[in-house]
Amino acid sequence: MRYDSLLDSLGNTPLVGLPRLSPRPDVRLWAKLEDRNPTGSVKDRPAGFMIEQAEKDGLLTPGATILEPTSGNTGISLAMAAKLRGYRLVCVMPENTSEERRQILSMWSAEIISSPAAGGSNEAVRMAKEIAAANPGWVMLYQYGNEANARAHYETTGPELLADLPEITHFVAGLGTTGTLMGVGRYLRERVPDVAVVAAEPRYGELVYGLRNVDEGFVPELYDDSVLTTRFSVSSADALRRTRELLEAEGIFAGISTGCVLHAAMAMAAKAAAAGRRADVALIVADGGWKYLSTGAYSGTLEEAEGRLEGQLWA
Amino acid sequence: MAIEVRIPTILRNYTGGAKSVEGTGATLGELLADIDGRHPGLSERIADGSGLRRFVNVYLNDEDVRFLGGLETSVSDGDTVTVLPAVAGG
Repeated sequence: MRYDSLLDSLGNTPLVGLPRLSPRPDVRLWAKLEDRNPTGSVKDRPAGFMIEQAEKDGLLTPGATILEPTSGNTGISLAMAAKLRGYRLVCVMPENTSEERRQILSMWSAEIISSPAAGGSNEAVRMAKEIAAANPGWVMLYQYGNEANARAHYETTGPELLADLPEITHFVAGLGTTGTLMGVGRYLRERVPDVAVVAAEPRYGELVYGLRNVDEGFVPELYDDSVLTTRFSVSSADALRRTRELLEAEGIFAGISTGCVLHAAMAMAAKAAAAGRRADVALIVADGGWKYLSTGAYSGTLEEAEGRLEGQLWA
Repeated sequence: MAIEVRIPTILRNYTGGAKSVEGTGATLGELLADIDGRHPGLSERIADGSGLRRFVNVYLNDEDVRFLGGLETSVSDGDTVTVLPAVAGG
């Protein structure tokens, strides 16, 4: 494959079968390897689309400053694209994210403002909104409410999946901004009768939910629960166990959020197998494991790894 | 046996600091009413007259109850109900 530039090589990622983790020959799991994107994560898709839209709308002009609350991957995708297109990027990122993310962001010249660990990404969103209000000249792309985020998946991820797997019965992805699930979910629902759209949401340690009150909770503006069939909350322990299982059984070295997604996907596959129904379950591998090596997720016992992840934002 | 309800940090002022409480009921709504009898005010923080509060998620054995039947979701002995505030990702 030949492309004019790195940004042009976005998408068209491989869909690979997981024969050893699939419960039966007619109940199959398929992994879409989104780590094969320009900066190594699925977020290259929404980042590219959001920047392109902001340029079309005249919001981004040469030398502009982009501001974005992010726990990492979106920031990394924006940082690379911003560098190539001549924008400055300021990320508001929770302090309890992996060291690799900070190093990678700095590598592409992004500036990082840390938000407190307690409250996780909610706190980063709140801070970014304050900073945006104080700097009216800056452009906040705001992945949680930007239609171009979900549209990136509606126009690219969804069509790629359906072309590779016309017999798809289930789509499983992580729930963060909800962009992947909304975009791919809508695309598939319009074309595949009875397709199940399943969200897997990371369940973190208590610190991350350390809000002052329940009304500080946050639901992304993009979220429309009518697109989903169901939604699972997956503990760090289950996510870690599945991340290792994927490595062990299928050779795929994925980030921890993939373990979360795989856990939900395997539950759906087991349910179909128990009911004697055929199934083709596609799941998103959002990124590779490289950025999480320092968390110790891949070494020692599961209990040790789980202990090290306590209080960390791993998705 | 009873049903375990896991309580998030921000609501533990209603449970004397307990991370989880137990209750009974045939539906989630009944279960919440039952625990509210021993922890007054707790149920109202999770659901009001019109259903579950917007920024609160409730999971029955890890599945979001909004996709199961909301407050009418059937629950039974040995189930685990987890209450969490809604958080962002990305």
